Amino acid sequence: MIRRYPDDPVGSFPEPPRTITDREGRAVHIRRGDATDRTALIEMYSRFDSADRAQGIPPSRETAIERWLNNILADECRNVVASHDGDVVGHATLVPDEQEGYELAIFVLSEYQGAGIGTALVETLLGFAQSDGIEQVWLTVERWNDPAIALYRKVGFETSNSERFELEMGIRLAGDS
Amino acid sequence: MKLLLGAGGSKLSYQALEKTIERASEAGDDLTVAVFDNEEIDTNADEVIQRVQETLDEADFEAEIRQIDGDPGSRLVDIAESETFDRIVLGSGERSTLGKIQLGSIAEFVLLNAQTPVTLIR
Repeated sequence: MIRRYPDDPVGSFPEPPRTITDREGRAVHIRRGDATDRTALIEMYSRFDSADRAQGIPPSRETAIERWLNNILADECRNVVASHDGDVVGHATLVPDEQEGYELAIFVLSEYQGAGIGTALVETLLGFAQSDGIEQVWLTVERWNDPAIALYRKVGFETSNSERFELEMGIRLAGDS
Repeated sequence: MKLLLGAGGSKLSYQALEKTIERASEAGDDLTVAVFDNEEIDTNADEVIQRVQETLDEADFEAEIRQIDGDPGSRLVDIAESETFDRIVLGSGERSTLGKIQLGSIAEFVLLNAQTPVTLIR
């Protein structure tokens, strides 16, 4: 399958680590994540609201969560985690596809949604990707998920395929200068 | 029950075939396997027919295998209606490396357009 990306690259994103203040006034720390975050992420995903699941992820059973995290915390992936008061409350991941691109997904616990954390996670993950020379990032999103689609558009993603149930969006990142 | 299974050679279409044979032999269903060329998969109808036949032989189950030409989704919907099948069965819903499930375009078309009940196996 050939994925399409916008022609024009999008400029610079902030790199991890950084601390933001969300719209509820909470200090949220965003940093790189790796296999050492596995336990904290299992904890976060076991608290995840089933209504916030999309396209089969995160999985619901703990064994399936563990298996899934093993895949997306592997060395060739890029991860950032958001924490507040010592708890992991959000996570964003980039997983290489079979071509040159990386697939993106973000997850924020329901009580932390709508406060700008998702946007900060995506921007910071793209900054991390940019610093590693990654140029093509794509994602799919359910058509009716307006808040997510608005977030991705704001960050710079453009719709690349709208013929399926899920909308596919892509972004081309400017090289790190 | 008269079942129409669509098979285009994806991993999930073979899984769907195996499960359908299992249930059909228990329930005494009448199975027709409609084989088509799936553009999204690197295989062809002849290979698919051969593998479907082997799977049927191994299970010692008899079914009609038929090759369909043209747009697979609309052909499946048409055949199911004109030949009064009770159910269409399809395997679809591959996961990306990241883990997200996506339906193939043929399964999407059949789900949205069939007047016949559809079973999706993933």
